[in-house]
Amino acid sequence: MIDREGKVEITGAQILIESLLKEKVEVVFGIPGGPALFLFDEIYKSGLNFVLARHEQGAVHMADGYARATGNVGVGIFTSGPGATNTVTGIATAYMDSVPLVLITGQVMSTLIGQDGFQEVDITGITRPITKHNYLIKDVSELAKTVKEAFYIASSGKPGPVLIDLPGDVQRAKYQFDYPKEVDIRSYKPTIEGHIGQIKKAAKIINNSKNPVLYIGAGVVVSKAQQEVLDISLKGQIPTTNTLLAIGAYPYESELSLNMLGMHGTFWANKAVQAADVIVAVGARFDDRCTGKVMEFAKNADIIHIDIDPSSISKILKTDIPVVGDAKVILTQMEPYIEKKDRHEWIAQIKDWKSQNPLRYNTDDNKLHPQYVIEKLSELTKGEAIVTTEVGQHQMWAAQYYKANGARKFLSSGGLGTMGFGFPAAIGAKIGNPDKEVVVIAGDGSFQMNMQEMAVCIVNDVSVKVIVINNQFLGMVRQWQEMFYNRHYSSSCLAKRKSCPPKCNTPQYGKCPVYVPDFVLWAKSYGADGLRVSSKKDVVPSLEKMLASKNSFVLDVKVEQEENVFPMVPVGNSLDDMLIFHG
Amino acid sequence: MRHTISVLVENKPGVLARISSLFSARGFNIDSLAVGETEDPQTSRMTIVVKGDDSVLEQITKQLNKLIDVIKVSDFTDIKYVERGLALIRINAGKANRGEIIELANIFRTRIIDIASDSLMLEVTGDKDKLEAFIKLVSVYGIKEMCRTGEIALARGDNKRGE
Ligand SMILES: Cc1ncc(C[n+]2csc(CCOP(=O)(O)OP(=O)(O)O)c2C)c(N)n1
Repeated sequence: MIDREGKVEITGAQILIESLLKEKVEVVFGIPGGPALFLFDEIYKSGLNFVLARHEQGAVHMADGYARATGNVGVGIFTSGPGATNTVTGIATAYMDSVPLVLITGQVMSTLIGQDGFQEVDITGITRPITKHNYLIKDVSELAKTVKEAFYIASSGKPGPVLIDLPGDVQRAKYQFDYPKEVDIRSYKPTIEGHIGQIKKAAKIINNSKNPVLYIGAGVVVSKAQQEVLDISLKGQIPTTNTLLAIGAYPYESELSLNMLGMHGTFWANKAVQAADVIVAVGARFDDRCTGKVMEFAKNADIIHIDIDPSSISKILKTDIPVVGDAKVILTQMEPYIEKKDRHEWIAQIKDWKSQNPLRYNTDDNKLHPQYVIEKLSELTKGEAIVTTEVGQHQMWAAQYYKANGARKFLSSGGLGTMGFGFPAAIGAKIGNPDKEVVVIAGDGSFQMNMQEMAVCIVNDVSVKVIVINNQFLGMVRQWQEMFYNRHYSSSCLAKRKSCPPKCNTPQYGKCPVYVPDFVLWAKSYGADGLRVSSKKDVVPSLEKMLASKNSFVLDVKVEQEENVFPMVPVGNSLDDMLIFHG
Repeated sequence: MRHTISVLVENKPGVLARISSLFSARGFNIDSLAVGETEDPQTSRMTIVVKGDDSVLEQITKQLNKLIDVIKVSDFTDIKYVERGLALIRINAGKANRGEIIELANIFRTRIIDIASDSLMLEVTGDKDKLEAFIKLVSVYGIKEMCRTGEIALARGDNKRGE
């Protein structure tokens, strides 16, 4: 159709798809339904690469895993009502970890909004606190501009999910397609360059310090500042600790690497942070899982905080020198002012802490400890595989023992701690990196939260390897119950049946009822491969088999059931008040 | 401490909801909130009165700025500004004290906008202190009904900060 000015008009649905193509979207995840059907008809015609998930939460985690692994914006399309509400956990997960997503939901006719029609929900209202921004489009003339803005907002500044709700009539309405080249939002202009005065001040404090620590978070990965971090840390001989989300961004084995800090961080990272006289936080937000008791956190340190999000500065902890802007740009600005130093006393001290309490578990017995599995995976893949995790003990062991060689190789739900994230995220990661090995380190509890997505692996020839660290428990819950609730294993045993004593806290392989599901049979029912391991000597050969497989694979590893994660800073303790492993 | 902050926002649907849900989600307390169009129909100005120490206020300001539809946030605490609120008050006013109330109303430069056999409705404008002083004074007669707006505020013309 041609409009009055002689321009070709196309439907809203077509405008959306054309806009996605302009944004060079490679893949879209989602599930169709009534109010989105007009749009799906256009998807059918367009040849857009659409991956049909089996649950909308799974689809959002796929888009999220794709985004985390590639750095691109993850995209999803869903229907209204239940399709939209099913996305909520996925959106909140991405929001908490600052992952760029653009999600489109179908909506009932704009003229019918507010009448509680079939499958109508106020999804912009529901997602307001868990999106960076969202839109309800009532006029097709706004659509192209909105999509452009959505991609820009999602991926710039501190990234995050953006949702566009698209009523059925707007999908059908016609308008000319004119994709804007530039975005100009007067109320949204992220600061990129750092204030040079602040940068010089920060450098001076760093230069004058004896025991500085760099504390890096996801912001370093987002701004691709790994090299700049390394340069400054080497030049100034500044030991560097990372958050869960920055695993891989700093070389694990470096003498200056403190590895992860926090609740299950290393002994030496937590000691170093507490003894520091300067903390240089880069793209990290002082999450409570990192700081322990905030009042006691790095008490004698000046805090320098480099972050693109002004609101994360002085939110938790008073910052002495804030520098707002992009991490890579600011570190590049700062580098010339950082003096070469030889902080051998400080580094010797850290080495000493490291040798006092290295990461360890019982290696003398012949039992199958979960840490061993991850250690071996790390060795066999040389840290080159993309690893995703679910949430729980296995996640922390993965963080401790998987030596990811580079950023975007360790994907985990940090801020929200979403069980069910790891498997679909791995599917997205693999779709974005078809040539890389992608391995999920899963707990048997978490895996069951989104395991239906195996169908997506099979039908799309997407090969994902799942290691189920199967302790037959909601293990992290059990650990807390063992430590803080008198071993009252309340609703944490996944093998428990009606026939069990109601207050059982003595799990034992062989004695407990048969565990369901049988993950191996289950995997095979989809056409994936499956293998069970229950002794230590079989771990390496099975891992090798799994890694050699071209097919998706589930390795069900029956590990020690009551293994605990150490070190541990119990909630409310200061960081140096850790529980340590005693063999 | 009481702070008056002025927030210039895009005049779009849902903006008020974004701001009020931000306050509840982050646990900030609003004393009052008033909103209306500005000289530019594409923008609205919200005047929000909040209580909190400096660090709370810093967070409120930053979180507001983070909202995509917020154009500018000004804290009026340290600058000269004018603040006005409006109250409509219906007071018991029988024959015996009607004269007295009218006199009081005149002193405070309020307007009588409705007269009934046993009550008067007054319209009072002023800053928070004036409104509260007046309400306290007339409360001895018995307030039958009252309705107040949130304060609205603008910076004075000779300020450097604010606008
Ligand atoms: C969706 C969701 N529900 C509940 C929790 C609370 N939770 C945290 S860890 C955990 C146990 C996880 O068990 P599993 O996946 O088997 O891993 P394990 O700790 O045994 O390694 C639970 C229930 C959560 N994080 N996410």
